[in-house]
Amino acid sequence: MSISNTTTIGAIDAPSRRNTELLLLVFAVVVAVFAYLNVGLALDGKVPSGVLGYALGLAALAGVAHLVVRKFARYADPLLLPLATLLNGIGLVFIWRLDQSPRLISLAKVAYGAFTPSAPKQMLYSAIGVALFVAVLLFLKDHRVLQRYTYVSMVVALILLIAPVFFPAQFGARIWIHIPGLGSLQPGEFAKIIIAVFFAGYLMVKRDALALASRRFLGLYLPRGRDLGPILVIWALSILILVFETDLGTSLLFFGLFIVMLYVATERTSWIVFGLLMSAVGAVGVASFEPHVKARVTAWLNPFACYKTNGACQQIGDALMSFGSGGTLGTGLGQGNSDLIGFAANADFILSTVGEELGLAGTMAILLVYGLIVERGIRTALAARDPFGKLLAIGLSSGFAIQVFVVAGGVMGLIPLTGMTLPFMAYGGSSVLANWALIGILIRISDTARRPAPAPAPSTDAEMTQVVRP
Amino acid sequence: MNKPLRRIAIFCGLLVLALLVRENWLGYVKADALNTNDHNARPAIERYSHAPGNIIVDGKPVTGAVKTDDTYYKYKQTWKDGPMWAPVTGYGSQVFGSTALESIDDGVLSGTDPRLFFDRTVSMFTGKNQKGGDVVTTLNADAQKAAYDGLKGKKGAAVAIDPSTGKILALASTPSYDPSTIAGRSDGDAWKKLTSDKDEPMLNRALRQTYPPGSTFKLVTAAAGLENGVVSDPDAKTDSPLPYIMPGTNTPLKNEGNLPCKNATLRLALTVSCNSVFGHLGVQVGKDKMLDEAKKFGFNSEQFIPTRADASEFPTDINQSQTALSSIGQFDTRATPLQMAMVASAIANDGKLMKPYLVDELRAPNLDVIDKTQPEQMSQPLSAGNAQKLQSMMESVVNDPQGTGHSAKISGATVGGKTGTAQHGVANSALPYAWFVSYAKVGNSTPVAVAVVVEDGAATSDDISGGGIAGPIAHDMMKAVIDSAK
Repeated sequence: MSISNTTTIGAIDAPSRRNTELLLLVFAVVVAVFAYLNVGLALDGKVPSGVLGYALGLAALAGVAHLVVRKFARYADPLLLPLATLLNGIGLVFIWRLDQSPRLISLAKVAYGAFTPSAPKQMLYSAIGVALFVAVLLFLKDHRVLQRYTYVSMVVALILLIAPVFFPAQFGARIWIHIPGLGSLQPGEFAKIIIAVFFAGYLMVKRDALALASRRFLGLYLPRGRDLGPILVIWALSILILVFETDLGTSLLFFGLFIVMLYVATERTSWIVFGLLMSAVGAVGVASFEPHVKARVTAWLNPFACYKTNGACQQIGDALMSFGSGGTLGTGLGQGNSDLIGFAANADFILSTVGEELGLAGTMAILLVYGLIVERGIRTALAARDPFGKLLAIGLSSGFAIQVFVVAGGVMGLIPLTGMTLPFMAYGGSSVLANWALIGILIRISDTARRPAPAPAPSTDAEMTQVVRP
Repeated sequence: MNKPLRRIAIFCGLLVLALLVRENWLGYVKADALNTNDHNARPAIERYSHAPGNIIVDGKPVTGAVKTDDTYYKYKQTWKDGPMWAPVTGYGSQVFGSTALESIDDGVLSGTDPRLFFDRTVSMFTGKNQKGGDVVTTLNADAQKAAYDGLKGKKGAAVAIDPSTGKILALASTPSYDPSTIAGRSDGDAWKKLTSDKDEPMLNRALRQTYPPGSTFKLVTAAAGLENGVVSDPDAKTDSPLPYIMPGTNTPLKNEGNLPCKNATLRLALTVSCNSVFGHLGVQVGKDKMLDEAKKFGFNSEQFIPTRADASEFPTDINQSQTALSSIGQFDTRATPLQMAMVASAIANDGKLMKPYLVDELRAPNLDVIDKTQPEQMSQPLSAGNAQKLQSMMESVVNDPQGTGHSAKISGATVGGKTGTAQHGVANSALPYAWFVSYAKVGNSTPVAVAVVVEDGAATSDDISGGGIAGPIAHDMMKAVIDSAK
């Protein structure tokens, strides 16, 4: 008599989708390797010698990440890892392509005395990034653990955001901290994740107070004065970042993230209205007296009017011409002149190389890949069963979306340009590391969300249950 | 919590949509405007990413290109014997623009000309690098060399024309410059030096400098006299007083030395270059008819060969004494060397003036001819009969023992010419310009007409006579053309 389990219907094992992920990963790696080949053939007319190393390296990273997900996050979303791998792989190709630009090489020699290729370093950063991804999956068995560190996160995030003030400005913005012997770090990238953890923990506790205690005014539910405190603090902080670090991007990201999470936690539209008003006031206020931000706005309004006289105008003008010269299908990999943007061509401005060499079609594809990552993140938030997981997932994915919008919109002249990196594609260790960690956390949340509920323990009084037989 | 999540999803979707719309705006709607933006370096990078076509003389290119280390412009144009060819080709610089043929036929040379569209399309599929087409000139390398060698070390210019077609055979100007030295991006110093040189090496004296033509203008006056019936027989005595007091003045129109100019025949007057006879003849013809005749030869309008040449000038609105002076190539009469070569060419071609041209054909990279210049008659300044009379007089200038143009004699050819020594400067104090205008006949054909001008050399005023300084250069040029035809 096998009756011990008849009390409940056994959980139907949800499909894990790991094989789908593997297939997509193979596809992502193949696409990136073909792009690499394409660049080599276009530039030198022969198969590039590094193609095997590149293919094996990327495949190894993807393979390790996949195996870890298969073992430790069996039910995770199958798209996130392949999408991130694709972007990272393509990003490496573009960085390698710009490494071979004689124009940038001679520019680097003039500016720094020597030229060092960025692609090998980026490959190393990618490996460390994937290692971080693996570490997240190994050590973070359940994302709810993070909830315990709500206030620790707040302190860490504040330190990370404030730290660059004590380091010298570079390229007009204080967003780096320099660690002697190790190089420099962009703490804002990591702060983005840690602050999301803090907001998620904080809002989960306070959401009822923020949502329910309110007064109705002009059709809006206005929060009580004392509940306004936190949002005012965050607003003030983001303005301070803007003023002291002249980092419009992080400030925007930081504030936008908070508004989104506040809105999700409280379901109050009034927060959105408040948020938009406050950010508008803050942005206009700062732009009118902070020269660095003001220059960016001027450059954004009409880059060609001040092209010859202002570096900021020249950068954005060059970027726009890159997109224009790409046209519909692009010049082909390795055949564009996006390296005319001498400064940060492979970092903040990497999207203009995509625009020039892959054209409208390729850029739209890349943007849609970003859109898809955001969509999978939000889907994870929807599927999450606990409010903390929901808030954290929406925080991370909307933060990702805002970052992509701010940097891509800036490079394309849709909004004033701010110094931010395009996740996964732009050259820079901090960005790659932080974004792999971000994907790791999303994968962890999605795994928890999609994991079938554990079968209840066999009931101790099973024996006493009688099966009624005819 | 899911309702706001869905709204946030829509919001994120809108962010991505905004980016997509913006990308379409840049990459499709605004693409052309951005590509033609003045600040866009890509058109120039593209232009210099391949070797341009060449300018060809006698089947051989006189221009070329070298691959450079420059990270913007891969190819830089070069010239062979740059100073010799510069007046023809002009310069084509990556930063300082271009002139002459380099500018006019830039589209063909760089390969962007619409007429090369088919060629470009083909090379797009065959994967061959787009290359520019060639500009084939009408020049004769030997004649050009003779002209340049003769003028070297002097200031001056020389032009040779094939009278029967208008093909320009030589076009030299000195002092000259090597366009190779200012072709690249880093040649700013050379450019500054050239443009500030007080000898103006970049001035094309053959086309852009007008000189008082002096006695060589007497050919135009003689043509006007013959055409208007004032004189009909070159060997009949004219009614020419000596000294000739210019009408309305007390000033005699002086001759160079004690010449037998009283009532001299037109032939003798031309042979020994009588100012008095031609001054008087000009007044007899009248200023309006003189102007008409000069215009028929091409005076008072710019010429395009296709390089623009300044308009030569016969003054309008002048009184009789000024007409007399103008008729001997003084006062305000001014001519480019090209213009005087056209005068000789029209006379040599039995009165028909052929439109001078420099570019024979334009060729696509695959050697297909995309444009060929056809000879074209510009005007007929004098009848065939009168032209032949004038020819015989010009031949006397060279062959008659009294003539001034002995230096141009060529054995085996019949040469007709006219010397000129043009006064200029305040009170004619500067060293005069030496002119020589001539043509050479071999058998029944007249393969070449030339004009040479040499600016004030080291010689004293007396030593400068067109025959002595400019004549030998004209001789060498004509001989080079005759020899190269053999």
